[in-house]
Amino acid sequence: MKVQLNVDVHHLTRVEGHGNIKVRIEDGEVKEARWDVVETPRYFEAMLKGKHYTEAGILTARICGICSIGHCLASIRASENAMGVTIPETARKLRMLAKHGETLQSHVLHLFFLAAPDFFNLPSAIHLLEKEVKVYDLSRRLTNLADYLYDEALAQDRFIKPSTRGYRREKSMLAPELREEIEDALFGIAENSAPELIGLPTVKPFLDKKPEIVNMALRLKSLGNRICDLVAGRTTHPVSLQVGGVAMAPDKKALANLRDELKRSVGDLKVTAELFKTFNIPDFIRQTEFVSLKGVDEYPFIGGDLISTDGVVKREDEYLEMTNEYLDANNTSKWCKLSRESMAVGALARFNNNYPLLHPEAKKVAEFLGLAPVSHNPFMNNVAQLIETVHVVFESIRYIETLLEDDFKNIMVPVVPKAGRGVGAVEVPRGILYHDYLYDKKGFILSANCIIPTTQNNANIHFDMKELARQFAPKRLTDKQLELLCSMLVRSYDPCISCSVH
Amino acid sequence: MKYLGIKQQKPRIAVFDFTSCEGCELQLANKEDSLVDFLMAIEILAFREVSSASSDDYDIALIEGSITRSDEIGRIKKIRERAKVLVALGSCACFGGVNKQKNKMTMEQANKIVYGDSPRETMPAHAIKEIVSVDLAIPGCPVNKDEVERIVRHLVWGVPFKFQVYPVCVECKQRGTICRFEMGEICLGPITRAGCNAPCPAGGLGCWGCRGPAEDPNYKEFFQIASEKGFSDQQVADRLNFYGAFEGVK
Repeated sequence: MKVQLNVDVHHLTRVEGHGNIKVRIEDGEVKEARWDVVETPRYFEAMLKGKHYTEAGILTARICGICSIGHCLASIRASENAMGVTIPETARKLRMLAKHGETLQSHVLHLFFLAAPDFFNLPSAIHLLEKEVKVYDLSRRLTNLADYLYDEALAQDRFIKPSTRGYRREKSMLAPELREEIEDALFGIAENSAPELIGLPTVKPFLDKKPEIVNMALRLKSLGNRICDLVAGRTTHPVSLQVGGVAMAPDKKALANLRDELKRSVGDLKVTAELFKTFNIPDFIRQTEFVSLKGVDEYPFIGGDLISTDGVVKREDEYLEMTNEYLDANNTSKWCKLSRESMAVGALARFNNNYPLLHPEAKKVAEFLGLAPVSHNPFMNNVAQLIETVHVVFESIRYIETLLEDDFKNIMVPVVPKAGRGVGAVEVPRGILYHDYLYDKKGFILSANCIIPTTQNNANIHFDMKELARQFAPKRLTDKQLELLCSMLVRSYDPCISCSVH
Repeated sequence: MKYLGIKQQKPRIAVFDFTSCEGCELQLANKEDSLVDFLMAIEILAFREVSSASSDDYDIALIEGSITRSDEIGRIKKIRERAKVLVALGSCACFGGVNKQKNKMTMEQANKIVYGDSPRETMPAHAIKEIVSVDLAIPGCPVNKDEVERIVRHLVWGVPFKFQVYPVCVECKQRGTICRFEMGEICLGPITRAGCNAPCPAGGLGCWGCRGPAEDPNYKEFFQIASEKGFSDQQVADRLNFYGAFEGVK
């Protein structure tokens, strides 16, 4: 029988913003496979016209609620480049720390709350949490029951080890076989209740995973957010990151506390890596050109040259030659390309271009999860994000240590407005972001351009979708299975759709 | 409250996004220390950004974003019909937010700048209350999760919620933050509603008024101070109009 498949997703869930998927396979042939962005446009470039340089960063942070720090950093860098401002070294370090906090917060949010539910076959992390809470409640009740049974047994001489008679009676005096028997019986109760309690055949993954998955994710996400709060003044829509440097120095005691907490989070990162190793990541390859910043002595996040895996290298201010935006009739987001019909940016692109500069601990996780450059499997962007999560945790520790030796006296330089053009390129969680402003001599914007990572990815997602449908059409999937696969493809890119249609 | 024999109500909530950055929704998933308790105290029926499960059987609709395209009008009207309580979440929903800055030009001009000769459908940005009735407005860019938690607690207990009547200045004094006017910067703290705990002045940035006016603000005195400190009418007006929260004031 020839394959007939139909996928039609209106407003895909667990992504930021609004996009649709359409796939139609008739007689085994892909007739249609589309990824279309239908987000309402906001016209930020039009709003930027006439804005003073002190306002641009505050306005453009509002392009994105998840990577507002990245937008603010790209914006103030563009303004500083236009006006020839060089910020103090301490301010550079503080900005990088805020950037790492955002990457941590955003990657953990995506990995656990947007991507992971697909691998658990659940609609959301909240459902995962509900199961965890139920199992936790049950295990607490069973522990009470166990204590009761132990007490009953202790009251009877025959269950106690003869050598311990006469002492105050404790659980450890019970015959080990009896303890095991009680534990097994209680685990049996938990197992038997699993289908009714949580709709799964076993409670094991919830009992074995200590610490629990959702709480672990929340601890990591909280760390990222608190770094941002401390250094940028607020996680979403930062206040301290301003043209000329950083307006407020963080409290050193709080910085030192964060460093200690970051050190303690290493165990959570290990458990996260082990968890992701159990996930069945789809085996799919489409040869792709990956674009990112080019690191020199550090894995790159703020400023520098641009590079592609096809060998293109450009300066930061030549970004237009790296993006080549054009319009597609079905999309409110623009599309981009470089050497091929489309290109990709994001964690996997950074990883593919800058692998040697990763922290050794991040490289270990890459090896553990079987990711090596250059990977052309877009689903591996999840793994690349996890590797970067490890990288930014260790880098944050290093940055805080050097910052603690600083006196924070010199974190802001005076700014004299002048006419000119400046570009700021920043690697935000979802890929490389460009802000480009032309200023008049009083420091007001004459024209502005912002190119967002997801704008650069949208065409690539679209062409991946076609290839995915072609490769998986003969594999006897149901409509639902193909829909899940296509949805997972889009989610792997962690698209920030309202950003892409700013 | 179970032990007192009082049945705890779980507010049945759905979250919807319109034209916005989705940062306010994100705040719902922040403040991780109390997030598990927060999620257990409510029932989420629909929340597209974090869940694939969805149902229309909600009582409370949280609305993020402003209305900037005709299809959004139909969507918000449908939600209004279903919801017992409709809440505007964040400055875009409450006032139109930064999106209102687009309204200073014609839509043709805006389209020309961004899309050149291939304009996309759009219309001037509207706050939610300009399209359908709003039962509760939680301002802020972004909303303050502490405040959202306080509101949810009131919902659960069935106690009416009251916003602070005093301005942000009070919170700066409580935190010991040096006045931004003293630092040579304009600040809307004297006229903006408190409740955010004044993070901007504490982080080295004057207040931009994202929460809208406090109760009975003394505009006259504020304009007087701004002018004494050397700020032009234009500078004051730009600040007031940044989030669309002080429409018609200047």
